[in-house]
Order: sequence, then structure tokens, then C-alpha cells
Amino acid sequence: MEEQELTQEIKPPANTKGLGRWLKDNLFNTWYNTLLTCLALVFLFFALKGFLTWAFTEAEWDVIPANFRLFMVGSYPQEQIWRVWNAIYILSVLMGLSAGLWGGLVLRFAVALSGVWFISALLPVELSTRGWCLGAIAMIAVSFFLGRGRTSLRPWILGGWILSFPVIMVVLRGFGENGVLTSNWGGLLLTLILAVVGIVVSFPLGVFLALCRQSNLPAIRWVSTTYIETVRGVPLITILFMGNVLIPIFMPGLDINQVLRMMIGITFFSGAYMAENVRGGLQGIPRGQHEAAQAVGLNYVQTTLFIVLPQALRSVIPAIVGQFIALFKDTSLVSIIGLIDLLGVAKSVIANPDWLGLQAEVYLFAAVIYFVFCYAMSYASQDIETDLGVGKH
Amino acid sequence: MAAQENALNDPIIMCEDLHKWFDDFHVLKGITTSFQKGERAVICGPSGSGKSTFIRTLNRLEEHQRGTIIVDGVELTDDLRNINLIRQEVGMVFQQFNLFPHLTNLQNITLGPIRVRKLTKSEAEEVALSLLERVDIADQAYKYPAEISGGQQQRVAIARALAMEPKIMLFDEPTSALDPEMITEVLDVMRELAHSGMTMLVVTHEMGFAREVADRILFFDEGMIVEEAPPADFFDNPQHERTKLFISQTLQH
Ligand SMILES: Nc1ncnc2c1ncn2[C@@H]1O[C@H](COP(=O)(O)OP(=O)(O)OP(=O)(O)O)[C@@H](O)[C@H]1O
Ligand SMILES: [Mg+2]
Repeated sequence: MEEQELTQEIKPPANTKGLGRWLKDNLFNTWYNTLLTCLALVFLFFALKGFLTWAFTEAEWDVIPANFRLFMVGSYPQEQIWRVWNAIYILSVLMGLSAGLWGGLVLRFAVALSGVWFISALLPVELSTRGWCLGAIAMIAVSFFLGRGRTSLRPWILGGWILSFPVIMVVLRGFGENGVLTSNWGGLLLTLILAVVGIVVSFPLGVFLALCRQSNLPAIRWVSTTYIETVRGVPLITILFMGNVLIPIFMPGLDINQVLRMMIGITFFSGAYMAENVRGGLQGIPRGQHEAAQAVGLNYVQTTLFIVLPQALRSVIPAIVGQFIALFKDTSLVSIIGLIDLLGVAKSVIANPDWLGLQAEVYLFAAVIYFVFCYAMSYASQDIETDLGVGKH
Repeated sequence: MAAQENALNDPIIMCEDLHKWFDDFHVLKGITTSFQKGERAVICGPSGSGKSTFIRTLNRLEEHQRGTIIVDGVELTDDLRNINLIRQEVGMVFQQFNLFPHLTNLQNITLGPIRVRKLTKSEAEEVALSLLERVDIADQAYKYPAEISGGQQQRVAIARALAMEPKIMLFDEPTSALDPEMITEVLDVMRELAHSGMTMLVVTHEMGFAREVADRILFFDEGMIVEEAPPADFFDNPQHERTKLFISQTLQH
């Protein structure tokens, strides 16, 4: 009898607690925590009350819809706006296909994005805009169903993402006089372009610099270290100013436009920080891993690609994503040399005599947009970490 | 024993006056010896005597500064092609296992065959699964190293080395990091490997294993081979004072 009882499977105790229990455990477990909780509630009440009263009675939100196009695309001409939508459609198709192929995180982002388009279509916007929005949803949905389960397409889609990059630049710019000069790119569009270029280029640059800094060849190590330390010793704003002024002096023949100069500045700056983050990961790889890889017969490139980088990068995902988020926000510095990114638009709207005294509304709106994108990156990073089992194996 | 006698004059590893320094510290002070095809050699000696350094020079995890090493007819020099050739012929098992934690056990084993021997994925997996069967852990193929016990990890590491179809296997204290109850399972695998005719160089403190399996025992002290002999002579009739002391100390435990 007793033996039978012993071999019976014992379930772990259920660890779901009710809300009441959670409150008691976390907020009211001691008398001083109870006091702190009450004080915090009182403070929250007054702060929220003030804010909500302002937001619903005093604030003049008209300024946002009236300048919405400015916020989104700056002075991108209305009659060329189809270019932006075409770019969005290219991304929608890729996103839908990827959501179908990979599911998970990409699928959640695709759904969220469709939600945004849907809500936009419900707002009192022009009929054509409404059409474009619904079209984007259709693009995502159709390509989602096309992509579903076709795992053999994966390498092609990855290639597509890489290729989409130059294609979108060309679509947005067009050719010659019929196109849209980059000096007319602005608003959120410009912010996103600067951030995406910065992130996509500075990441491999940083990995490359970090590997060079670990190299056995002193010359390579020295060049890389000098670059990293020099760039890290100078504020981004200085680099942007220098890029603006110096690139034309060093390469007088080349007509490198201002947006491109800012891209170069941001990328070089971020690459140096990225290198240090990656190096942190590289240093965490025990010597035994290199030795085991060599003993199996892998050469340097194979060891780096298959053993070192996967482990090193995984361990520094939080730092790398932190760097991406910083970069995203730092793009706002380009407004200082005269580009009209999201923050630049905010400033110019406030300076407009029609909308005097509406700083709070405008900056709050800009802040919410910055937050949404940064939070999305942070969310993605946590999701990827869980997926890769960081810290588990 | 038969394997050794047949191949008596067929050395697969030859070391001639091997020297190695770590900065100013002279670790290997003129090692001259050779290992026959199919020979099972055990290397023992006090801590810091250069045992690990010696076997690590044989696949160039450490560089030697003087003398020659010839493995299966190829001389170990700075020439990367020679180093890669030799590394494919020499498998190594480490004290700390050194499995790749981001890969499953199966992927740990297939990586080398796919990338270096250029097998297809399915060929490599077939090889890997039969090796996992051989080391008796076929059921752990799709787990990650962190999810299995130390003894199992070491057996995966042995399978990983064997997947490259090496002619020689080097073991650097393969059981020193294991709990006592797991030592046997790893030694069993090594015993089976020894009986299959593999050339093996084993650094170990497991004197029972040495007595049972070794054709020859090499005793290292202060970077030199102080004594080398078949196990019977080595344990029962040691010649050198330091060997006697070492044996009396290790057999006490
Ligand atoms: N990378 C290194 N740099 C400097 N000295 C080293 C290095 N590796 C080993 N040594 C030194 O060389 C000597 C021999 O080391 P080795 O690891 O070969 O000894 P061992 O016989 O394997 O000892 P153990 O039984 O403790 O493993 C030791 O004194 C050690 O401190
Ligand atoms: Mg050792």
C-alpha cells in the first residue's frame, strides 16, 4: 500500500493567486508598505487628476490633426505622397509574408500594424488616405495567407528584406527633378529612415570593429581601438556638425547630400558603441569554446560564425537593443543642423503664429510617438531573449 | 595487446626534443617519445608537470617552440594547412567538456562533420545518432548540454570528437570534473573505445583504468618524461624515486 502511494505522481502546487492575494502580498504586506501604497495612491490621484483635467478640458488637440501630414512626412509634396505609400506597401508585403512564415513576434507586430491602419481609416481623413490605409491592411493579410507554411521561402524573404532597403530609398527619392529631393524628406518618415539606416548599418560595423579589436594582429587591433575610442570621446552632436561641414571639404567633387551625411555620422557614432557592447559579449566566451571549436577542425571564420558570435550576441541583446533605442532618440539631433525630423516638425509647428502656446500638446504627441517605437524595440528584445532561451542554455 | 604488437614499428605520433615556454617559464623540457598506431598510452604525473600542455601541443592548441612533432606523417609547423589536416585526424576530449551551449547535443556532434568534412545534414545526423547510440545516450539528442548530467555531457563530447573519424583521441583528465558516480559511465565508454583499436593518449589520475587499459604509462614531472613502462612494471616495479613517491601517494587514496 505505502509503496504505491510513494510512486504516485505528485503535482506541483498551483501558483496562481487571486488578485486580492497578489495585492496583499505585494502592496500591503507590512504596515510601512501599506503606508507607502496609500501615499503613492494619493499622489497618483492628484497628478492624474491635474493631467486629465488639462487633457480633456484645456488642451487644444486641434493642432495635431491640422499638422498631421507635417508630423508624418514633413514637407514631402502631397502629389508625390504615393511614393511613401508604395514604400509602406513593400514593407507590408514583406511583413505579411514573414508573419505567415515565422508567426510569433512578427505576426504580433503585423496584427498591431493592421490595427493602426484600421484606426487611421476610421478617423476623419481624406478619402484617398482611407483607401491607402485599407490597402495596407489588405496587403498584410493577403501576403500573410500566401506565406503561411511555405518554409522553403524563408531565405528569399530574408533576401527581400535586405533588398527592400535600397529599393525603398529609390522609391522615396525618385529620379532627378521629377522625384522628391531628400531636403523635402521630413517628420516621422525622416526619423525612421535615419534610425533604420543607423541600426542596420551600425550593427555589422560594430561586430566587425569588435572582432578587429580582439584580433591577434596588432595593426588591426590598434586601428580599431583608435577608431572606437576617438568616436566615443566626441559627442554625437559634434560628429553631426563635423559631418555636415567636413565631408564636403574632404570630398569636394562628390555631392553628398545632407541626409546622407547625417546617416554616415549617426552610423559611425553608433558603430563605436555597438563595438563595445559586442566586445563585452566576446569577452564572456570561455577559452574552452574556442579550443573545442579548433579541436573539431573549424577555422577562424567558422569558429567566429558558428560558435563565438551566436553566444556573444545572445548575451548582449539587452545592451544592443538599448543602443538601438538610444540611436532612435538621438536622430532628433539632426534638427539642429536644419533637417526637419519629427522633433524638427514639432519645433516648427510651435513656432507657427497660428499655433502659439501649444508646446505641451505638440511635445506630448511627439513623445508618445517616440515611446511607441522604443517600446516596440524593447518588447521585441524581451521576446527574442525568451525565444533563444538566454540564460537557460 | 595484439593491436600493439602488429603495429610495433608504425608510430603515428613522433615527438623529438620538444620544448615549450610560457614566457620565461620552461614547461616542456625536451620530450622525446613516439606512439604506435592503436596504442593506448596513459600520461600521469603531479599537478603542473606539463601533462596538459604536452597533449595540447599535439593538435596545436599550444605552440611548441623547439623540436619536431610529426602526426601521421605530417609535421606540425606554422603552416595552417598542416594544422588543419592534423586537427581532423586528432580528436580531443577536455576536462570541462567544452560543449557548445547554444547548440543541441545532436548539433554539437554534427557541426564538425557538416562544416569541415562537408557531409550533408542528414548524413551527419545519421552518423551522430549512431554515435550517441554507441555512448548510450541516444535519447538525449535533442536536449541542450545544460539539460543533461556531467557524465552525459562528457559522453556527448566524446561522440563529438569521434564524429570527425579521428585516428587519434586525446583525453585531458576526462573524469576529473565528474561526480564519482558518473566516472564509471565515462570510463566504460573509453574502455569500449580502447578495445575497438583507437589510438588513445589519456591524461588521468584513474590508476585502475590505467592498469587495466594502458599499453604504456608515461610519468611526467617538471616538464620531462621521468619514466615510461607497461602498467605492470610501472606499478609493481617503479625505477625512479619520484615515480615511487607518486605511486605511493596516489594509491593511498
Ligand atoms: N597559458 C598558460 N600561461 C602560462 N602558464 C601556463 C599556461 N598554461 C599552463 N601554464 C603553466 O604551465 C605548467 C604546466 O601546466 P599544465 O596544465 O600542463 O600542467 P598539468 O600537468 O596538466 O597539471 P594538472 O594536473 O594540474 O592539470 C603549470 O605550472 C601552469 O601554471
Ligand atoms: Mg592538466
